[in-house]
Amino acid sequence: MTEILIKNGFVFDPTNKIDGQKMDIAIKDGRIVKKVNECNAQIIDASGLTVMAGGVDLHSHIAGSEVNLGRMLRPDDHVKDAVRKTALTRSGTGYSIPSTYVTGYRYSKMGYTSVMNPSMAAMKAKHAHEELNDIPLIDKASFTLLGDWWFALENIAKDDLDECARHIAWMIRATRSYAIKIVNPGGLESWGFGRNVHSLDDQVPNFGLTPRDIIKGLAKVNTMLNMPHTIHLHTNNLGIPGNYKTTIETMQALESFYKGDKPVGHITHIQFSSFAGDNWAHFKSGAAEIANYLNAHNHMTIDIGQVTFADTTTMTADGPFEFSLYELGGHNKWVNSDVETEASGGIIPFEFKRKNAVNAIQWSIGLELSLMVKDPWKVFMTTDHPNGGPFYHYPRVFAWLYSRKAREATLKNCNKKAQKKSLLPTLDREYTLYELAIITRAGTAKALGLKDKGHLGIGAEADVAIYDINPETTDIAQNYKPVRRAFGNAIYTIKDGEIVVKDKEIVAVRPGRTIWLDVQTKEPCRIDDELKSKFKKYWTIEFDNYPVTDHYIKVPEKIGIKASV
Amino acid sequence: MVERKLRVTLITGRTIDQGVGKELGKGSQEYFDNVAVCFLDSGDIKKLGLKNGMNVQVTSQFGSVVVKAKKYPHGAMSGIVFIPCGIWANVICSSETDSIGMPTFRGFEVEVEPAPDKPVLTLDELLKQEFGK
Amino acid sequence: MGKIIKSVVCPICGCLCDDLEITVENNEIVKMKNGCAVCEAKMVHGYKSEERILEPHIRKNGKLVPVSMDEAICKAAQILTDAKYPLLFGWTSSSSETQHVGVELAEELGGALDNCCSVCHGPSVMAIQEIGIPTATLGQIRHRADLIVYWACDPWSSHPRHVERYTAFTEGRFEKSEFKGYVQKLKAQASQKKVALTMRRTQVRYQQADSQAATVEAPPQSLIRAGRKMVVFDVRKTMTADVADYFVKVEPNKDYEIFGAMRCLALDQELDVDVVGGVPVEYLREIVNVMVNAEFGAIFFGLGLTQSVGRFRNVEIAIALTRDLNRKTKFVVSPMRGHFNVTGANTVFAWQTGYPFALDFSQGYPQYNPGEFTANDLLRRGDNDATLVISADPGAHFPKSSVKNMLKHPLITINPDWNAISRLGDVVFPAQWCGIEQAGTAYRMDSIAISLKKVVEAPKGVPTDEEIIRQILEKVRVIKAQKTEKVEKLDDFGNKNIAGGN
Repeated sequence: MTEILIKNGFVFDPTNKIDGQKMDIAIKDGRIVKKVNECNAQIIDASGLTVMAGGVDLHSHIAGSEVNLGRMLRPDDHVKDAVRKTALTRSGTGYSIPSTYVTGYRYSKMGYTSVMNPSMAAMKAKHAHEELNDIPLIDKASFTLLGDWWFALENIAKDDLDECARHIAWMIRATRSYAIKIVNPGGLESWGFGRNVHSLDDQVPNFGLTPRDIIKGLAKVNTMLNMPHTIHLHTNNLGIPGNYKTTIETMQALESFYKGDKPVGHITHIQFSSFAGDNWAHFKSGAAEIANYLNAHNHMTIDIGQVTFADTTTMTADGPFEFSLYELGGHNKWVNSDVETEASGGIIPFEFKRKNAVNAIQWSIGLELSLMVKDPWKVFMTTDHPNGGPFYHYPRVFAWLYSRKAREATLKNCNKKAQKKSLLPTLDREYTLYELAIITRAGTAKALGLKDKGHLGIGAEADVAIYDINPETTDIAQNYKPVRRAFGNAIYTIKDGEIVVKDKEIVAVRPGRTIWLDVQTKEPCRIDDELKSKFKKYWTIEFDNYPVTDHYIKVPEKIGIKASV
Repeated sequence: MVERKLRVTLITGRTIDQGVGKELGKGSQEYFDNVAVCFLDSGDIKKLGLKNGMNVQVTSQFGSVVVKAKKYPHGAMSGIVFIPCGIWANVICSSETDSIGMPTFRGFEVEVEPAPDKPVLTLDELLKQEFGK
Repeated sequence: MGKIIKSVVCPICGCLCDDLEITVENNEIVKMKNGCAVCEAKMVHGYKSEERILEPHIRKNGKLVPVSMDEAICKAAQILTDAKYPLLFGWTSSSSETQHVGVELAEELGGALDNCCSVCHGPSVMAIQEIGIPTATLGQIRHRADLIVYWACDPWSSHPRHVERYTAFTEGRFEKSEFKGYVQKLKAQASQKKVALTMRRTQVRYQQADSQAATVEAPPQSLIRAGRKMVVFDVRKTMTADVADYFVKVEPNKDYEIFGAMRCLALDQELDVDVVGGVPVEYLREIVNVMVNAEFGAIFFGLGLTQSVGRFRNVEIAIALTRDLNRKTKFVVSPMRGHFNVTGANTVFAWQTGYPFALDFSQGYPQYNPGEFTANDLLRRGDNDATLVISADPGAHFPKSSVKNMLKHPLITINPDWNAISRLGDVVFPAQWCGIEQAGTAYRMDSIAISLKKVVEAPKGVPTDEEIIRQILEKVRVIKAQKTEKVEKLDDFGNKNIAGGN
């Protein structure tokens, strides 16, 4: 394997408390090492450049049945963004839901090297993995939708969490997944008959439990299984005015699980769950309330799900939410896709417009949250790709965070009513490059429990991004445009010790790994028997044909986990 | 009164026997027996003076094919004839797609007439006749 | 003693039943349990028929003669690289792994890529692209649906186990199977017939149900009862209609009008006519009432919509009706996909390129336009100058004129047996039966990926179609590399000449 020495870059590595010091980074055999022999090593002169670990995205819908249905649904979206084949790279299309190869190339060009695919229906896991295999250059992992799975609901209702944990462990293994994803708990099951739940204490029809029971039960299960990530939660009432109260209640419900060491829950794309006001006419930001809560508590992390003003495609397992969005009117295409015994799903193409009051306030909410939550290790940058905007709009979001000037420039062009309601003019905070590195790699890797990612310490995976940003000579807040451009086009991206992007172009293509957890419980057999006996009743696939086999994962990275049940 | 010709609407589609035939092989006897046929309403059969199993010629503006007439077993469908999808049906279908990729496989007018003297061609004979191969 | 293999997946239709029990003796399938008649025909008999292609053939002097695999690969690659605009068609009875390589080949060649979707549910895909689709996996319907509507399809013929595995005759968590009720109905009908017979014998005037006069019967009382109900709309009475609670006979090509009328009724509008598409409005109103009052309804539609006048507009309005019904209750709609992996072809093409069928790579990037890049349109216009057909039989299922145009240019086929298109090919490859001799992935009609099993060994020397496509792709790359070298040399020569002239 080649050795690489990155010399004289300004290194931002928050995990190891390195804040822009000039130093060398040595790479050997795909890992960061103390030093390499300069005679053998390939030297990258990074003087005047910013060096960070490869980006770690913890929430981006890049593959799976839902994503692909979105692709199929929108030739109108692809026709404006065609990508030509080259000698090295495959052809494809964008715009809001890029084809698999293009997804890999674009992430890599931004210096991202790991991406979490956060919503995988268990029954459709094979499909998700087949697609993930076709996304080159980045490591991937998927979160299985388990919040409305019948086995989980039944066991939680019986208050048999040990049994529930064993079932979940089986499912994590069977779907080759990385975390427990909960979407609108109880709501998806209710949606099976066209209904929804509207508070944490509504009854889930036919199952005799409440969303609160599901969230608490699965949070408990998550700790019993020693999962590296917390439960990954999409709240009830998402997308409904006034829902910030539900969000705070949800966080309160998890307070008692906190032991003082690490967070116990992650609320994803919280922007969509931070709405205040009683209805759409009185729609306003609930960011202050949420931020205050988070500043006072340490048991939760969030990602923002920033709106970037794009003609995008919303997609979520929250079928009832997409239906309510469709009911709002003005939407030509609506997809609903229920999955038996497990989940649902919905898709609506959606254009976020600056001149629309609600959209502009949503844009503001995301930034307000990022700026008002004081500790950057609690709040992470996502657009909930493609829901708030496509992932390659990240540099725009960075700019809004590190430059007040950039925010003002955008806000000026927003809806007048939204401008009045926005809290942004009162917020002076501007992110530093150090803080940016936290919310895009160090913090996300930590929240995910990926110890070898998101930093440049000895032994870390040699995933490195080098950007054309000179923190000594540039005031990034003032000159936000060149910096924004630089974040969108890494000078170098190094994946596992191989240079894959050089001078903003893809120079090598390699498959990324698929990370999954091999969760071993103490008593595996009993549940397998029960599962088998119920399988025929619950699903339309045979037990033998259900699990994802090794065949479906081209480059696996299996992480063994010992559960405490 | 017996009529010489009948103008009817052609529908093509699947039958379970066609499915079985195709899986046994396109050259199989089952395929020939179950696909080179035309299902007619019992009333229409009477009108043409046909008997079950007699040969009929079905002609559209795109072509003409001889198949065996059969009485439709699931009730009335006067004015409609049904030919299982397959090469015999496709001799008389049009490749006009109305610019969306789907040829005109069903729902167009055809003429049905008895053809006692004309044989039903086998797959190979039909390929030879239509494509010279 | 034979070896019994359980949970085998049936590689025939979009149902992908995965509960077959196969008995294998001496590398031969001798018995199959649980499958339908079509499955039996393929899995026990058809796959080993005498019609099997065992070695590659090339047409020389008008006759197909056996050749070596290398020769056939070279010939095929040569044909495809020589062609200005080749069409690669089929893919729907191949595994998604094969389809995966297929996209790469089409991209390399800069040709057109289409799958059988364009002659089955292509219009459905287009309709979905117009307005989306509220749908669900088949198990959701099995557990919850108390009303099932089959529109312009005949699952008992085309998807024989659909009703039994996924809809009316299956036991769900919230809905019970109606199979017993059906048996009782059959018995009742049989006794009715007996009564009728006796009545005729005793010369009581018996009014025969006149086949000509009333085309649509009034909706039966049973539609209002509790439990699962099944309604069939079709232009002809089918096997499925025989088991349904209610059959509505539609005039050919009038589906759109009927859907339109039902939308009006579902939205509480008034209609100024008494009959739509051969169906009395009063009857439609009753059906719509049943739909609105259902807890969970499901509409399945077939090629009767996509192939009749209106094509994708028929599907669009079916989806629109379903959307309207979702305002009042829960309703889903689903196409009855035909070939076992046609859904997979759409899926694989879409994740690699963004588009599900009707693709063109002539500009170096994917373009999509049904009506332009769909196989029948290319063939009708005579746009392509070579064709590769894989795991499909356009010889039997394309209109004659399309096939005629296809045969004007070289034709390469990859199929396990001598179907119509293999008989017409210029380079004919053998292939393994996907799902019998070759493992792989297929997508069920509700786009659930299921692993096909390999249960017997293929005859010696017969490769998988994936292998063949891969080899052709490699060879094409070699030939293209040689060609560019040649062109470069010519350029040098030309430059020198010009220099000399000066």
